[in-house]
Amino acid sequence: MAFLQYLISGISLGSIYAIIALGYTMVYGIAKMLNFAHGDVIMVGGYISFCTTSYLDLPGWVSVVFAVVVCTVLGVVIEGLAYRPLRQAGSLAVLITAIGVSYLLQNAAQLIWGATPKNFTSLINFQVPEFLGRLNVSGVMLVTVCACVVIMLGLTWFTSQTKMGKAMRACSEDRGAAQLMGINVNRTISMTFAIGSALAAIAGVLLCSYSPVLQPTTGSMPGIKAFTAAVFGGIGSIPGAFLGGVLLGIIEAMARAYLSSNLANSIVFVVLILVLLIRPAGLLGKYVPEKV
Amino acid sequence: MKKRNLAALVTAGAMCLGLLAGCGGQAENTPAGTNSDPAGETSSAGTAGGTFKVGFIGPLTGPNASYGNSASQGAQIAVNEINALGGAIQFELRVQDDVSDAETAVNAYNSLMDWGMQALVGPVTTGPAVSVAAETYNDRVFAVTPSASSLDVIDGKDNYFQICFTDPNQGISAATYLSESLPDATVAVIYNNGDAYSTGIYEAFAQEYERLGGQIVYTGTFTDDSQTDFSVQLTAAQNAGADLIFAPIYYTPASVILTQGAAMGYDFTLFGCDGMDGILGVEGFDTALAEGMLLLTPFSADLEENATFVDAYETAYGSTPDQFAADGYDCVYALYTALQEAGCTADMSAEDICEALIPVMTQIEVDGMTGLLSWAATGEVTKDFDVYVVENGAYVVA
Repeated sequence: MAFLQYLISGISLGSIYAIIALGYTMVYGIAKMLNFAHGDVIMVGGYISFCTTSYLDLPGWVSVVFAVVVCTVLGVVIEGLAYRPLRQAGSLAVLITAIGVSYLLQNAAQLIWGATPKNFTSLINFQVPEFLGRLNVSGVMLVTVCACVVIMLGLTWFTSQTKMGKAMRACSEDRGAAQLMGINVNRTISMTFAIGSALAAIAGVLLCSYSPVLQPTTGSMPGIKAFTAAVFGGIGSIPGAFLGGVLLGIIEAMARAYLSSNLANSIVFVVLILVLLIRPAGLLGKYVPEKV
Repeated sequence: MKKRNLAALVTAGAMCLGLLAGCGGQAENTPAGTNSDPAGETSSAGTAGGTFKVGFIGPLTGPNASYGNSASQGAQIAVNEINALGGAIQFELRVQDDVSDAETAVNAYNSLMDWGMQALVGPVTTGPAVSVAAETYNDRVFAVTPSASSLDVIDGKDNYFQICFTDPNQGISAATYLSESLPDATVAVIYNNGDAYSTGIYEAFAQEYERLGGQIVYTGTFTDDSQTDFSVQLTAAQNAGADLIFAPIYYTPASVILTQGAAMGYDFTLFGCDGMDGILGVEGFDTALAEGMLLLTPFSADLEENATFVDAYETAYGSTPDQFAADGYDCVYALYTALQEAGCTADMSAEDICEALIPVMTQIEVDGMTGLLSWAATGEVTKDFDVYVVENGAYVVA
């Protein structure tokens, strides 16, 4: 029974990683860049939600909408100001800029909200009745897992069925050719950032509902773990990010329960190294040979 | 080219903000001090007098900010009181932020030394205190820490004294309380095994509790990197049948334990030590979650004998002082009493003051906010402790 309980903890933690990883993977797949500021957009989402519920006394769902709107705008602005001017620059320049943006957001949050941690009151308070004997499933866990599955399915549908989604896939395959076919590449990439940041806002609210300490560095560690999850599942692949995130959460929970809570993080990264040694493109990633 | 400029601008902007944020962390609540002291001119060697430069180091920002802010504000209240007496001894307090980081604390110490510090209050947390204590020992600077409770802080250093209990002392006191007052409790422990404070209390507690015939049904650990998720540890404690969790940890992870425990529907009593103090003040924390929580602390703002200090603190800072504020207050009074006893003058060097105060410390008694304090030559304090329970958002003697 304890094993099942750990599994549930792992899946719900993994679902949060998966939602963050979906944002990473979308941006990487289409813009071919690692947006290291993604974790900090999560933190901004958490703070916005905290402020709307605590200072403005608005209901929880309004704060989620608010957080999504603010983060979407933030994502598009970051892309437009920091990344778009570097479209033709080398990937290293973009990577360093992303790290710069990450620090900018963390320090801005420290200036605005201070470095003292705030306690985020969970937006999801209902209790799931006990089932299968003594299994505890909290409302947050249930909502997180459902949200994660819905988002994954929604994104899969969006990229395969809609016009914008098809444009995104075209940009991902060959940006030059896509432009020749009349696709507005800049708008498509902006759209990707908008979606990724909206997901980050949702992830931020869920993360803080699950683990209530909100401070300027809240997004850093989950951001790194989710990046790992995206690579684990195969970066650029939407089902891969989902699978990677959930597996990572389960491995972490199991390692903490049965091996050592101190080594849990190390074990996660050891598993990543092993997977990459055997499947360099990740679990569901496609190996694309570089054409010279 | 224009696009490049824009990118450069953004990067430069990021750097500037980083710098600004860094500056925001510095405390600037002392006017620029000069070396001249009006009282010092009249005093002769042998009678205490003059304006002493006292440094304070503690976390004013970051996850342990509550400790540093409380302790520095408590110390400031004591300084104001002493200065208002108009006696021969006057204090000038300068506060530095260490973000509870050892390296930052040593930098803060060096900048206080450049300022001309004659005695130190702090650091507030154990990690920084261990590093700074070694520096003060080498430089021969007298220091009292309000709350760094590890034995490593005072070990082998004759110039360093504690206002708080040592970690082993707290662990033993907690074990005694549990086996005497709550013999029916099924006890689990969750502690931070990457932290000297938490590990120190845990080891003494486990040894003493088992010696007294108690049994710990589950021991969970975590580190600073994993203090945001306790679902696994809480599940294990629940499966082991624990109804009381002894958690000798700081208040930030404790707030996570309470929140996640409530979300799981797990009903337990949390029992913490002095690091738990401050949890009721975390912004956004639902104090109903802490209802019934036990903590070991030597100070309560509700006791009548502490009313003058509590009123002064509330008027100045708009919040109720916690144990750390009381510790900070007691630090300044310990220093004041010792300086008086030793007959130090403000024109003495930090080294001379240090040598004069060390023999005096074991002889004085200070009736402070946290009890009647006296010290051993090792730097350990002797005073009473009480277990409090949280009722309606306030501490009540259990």
